[in-house]
Amino acid sequence: MAGLRLDGLTHRTLAPVDLVLDAGERVFVSGPSGSGKSLLLRAIADLDPHQGEVWLDTEPRSRMAPPVWRRRVGLLPAESFWWAETVGEHFPAIQTSGTLSAEKMGAFHSDHPTHRDQINGWLTGLGFEPDVLDWSVTRLSTGERQRLALVRLLAQRPEALLLDEATANLDPVNRDRVETLVETYRREQDAAVLWVSHDPEQRRRLGGRAFVICNGRLEPET
Amino acid sequence: MDANAPASPSISLIELSPWDLSLASLLVLLLAVLSWRLRLGVERRVLIAAARSAVQLSLVGLVLKLLFAQTSLPLIGLMALVMLSVAGFEVMQRQTRRFGGPWGYGIGAVSMFLSSFSVTLLALTVVIGVEPWYQPQYLIPLLGMLLGNTMSGVAIALDNLTRHAWESRGRIEARLLAGQDWEQAIEHIRREALRSGLIPIINAMGTAGLVSLPGMMTGQILAGSPPMDAAKYQLLIMFLIAAGTGLGAMVAVWMGSRRLFDERQRLRLDRLTQAG
Repeated sequence: MAGLRLDGLTHRTLAPVDLVLDAGERVFVSGPSGSGKSLLLRAIADLDPHQGEVWLDTEPRSRMAPPVWRRRVGLLPAESFWWAETVGEHFPAIQTSGTLSAEKMGAFHSDHPTHRDQINGWLTGLGFEPDVLDWSVTRLSTGERQRLALVRLLAQRPEALLLDEATANLDPVNRDRVETLVETYRREQDAAVLWVSHDPEQRRRLGGRAFVICNGRLEPET
Repeated sequence: MDANAPASPSISLIELSPWDLSLASLLVLLLAVLSWRLRLGVERRVLIAAARSAVQLSLVGLVLKLLFAQTSLPLIGLMALVMLSVAGFEVMQRQTRRFGGPWGYGIGAVSMFLSSFSVTLLALTVVIGVEPWYQPQYLIPLLGMLLGNTMSGVAIALDNLTRHAWESRGRIEARLLAGQDWEQAIEHIRREALRSGLIPIINAMGTAGLVSLPGMMTGQILAGSPPMDAAKYQLLIMFLIAAGTGLGAMVAVWMGSRRLFDERQRLRLDRLTQAG
């Protein structure tokens, strides 16, 4: 779908970064804690003041309204936050509410079968039943929140993905599930993926280009 | 007693002599002694606060006497400005996390100016119909009461807004990342802040007359007004205060929440500073 290009992106602790991700390419970033990996992703998503420009294919970020940019270039933060009562309320496309949900979902089924089915497919792929959407957020464990946050993000249909330690708190089974889901989405949507991961095993297993932040510079990993 | 005064109020104001006041001040002294004996450690503050109130109120009495004698718009305007700037300072003092730079003072002062002054003006011209509208005997007490009450409403609402925004950073940013605009992302905090600013005046209206007689009505009754007239004025004041507080809190919360985000709709908590 779209490639991502960082053009002289600079924040407090990082020298200007120029980096091109092709559509459908996955690039890993690692580095010691405090080196500014998360800040780099936050800068791309335009959450902190910084210098530089980011391009989604031929469209510069500065020409796009911030909400649109953040929908199209989706950031998954290391810690997931939830603002509403139930999980389903965080999915604007599939509002489920109480007893009406079955009926509403049925109606939705006929309208947008693909979107709804797709989300259910992602949920199943991460080991959830579809009724997890009716769960209260407070019931969720840290790992469950992290996995559901990925589904929440994918439901926005981002054209590029920024993942911050997407598998950090997960057991091997769920880590594999998340990797599979991200890889499937990347291939199907041809989405660029910038993945911050401290796990060398993961970087070796999935392959592709890898960078490391060293002394405030982004350098190719050797 | 003035022979020309209307006959209806049979009670008149008994003038307080300095001697009466010093008797009352003995009570404060007694309180300070008690605080010292019980080691509460507030005796100094009690005495200083009592002395301050004595000096400030005497001064205000003198100033008002002067103002009433002149009815000069520039002087009254100056007095109103002094009242506003002190109130703005007070709002800033009550913030746990205040906006840095001129905003820390400005948001509170501007919102109080917009609400208190406009409501006072409305009351003077449309409701009471004072002639001229800036007659200080009406303007100054009305403005004072409005400023005093909007001050607490604005201070509470702003404090709520900034404190909760600070605590909810993760959730606000999660909403931004979900593609919501800044107003949606701060919506729940904004609503909560406004509500907290309005609760005191709602409660005051709800219990008015049942639990305590509001200060202004008490004053009027002591000064010899018929109780029904005092009640009517008190009601007017309460309505004005409710409107002024609501308006002031809304302006303050709107300006404050706008200031929490920049032109790229990023949450800018770095614009808040912790009060020392």
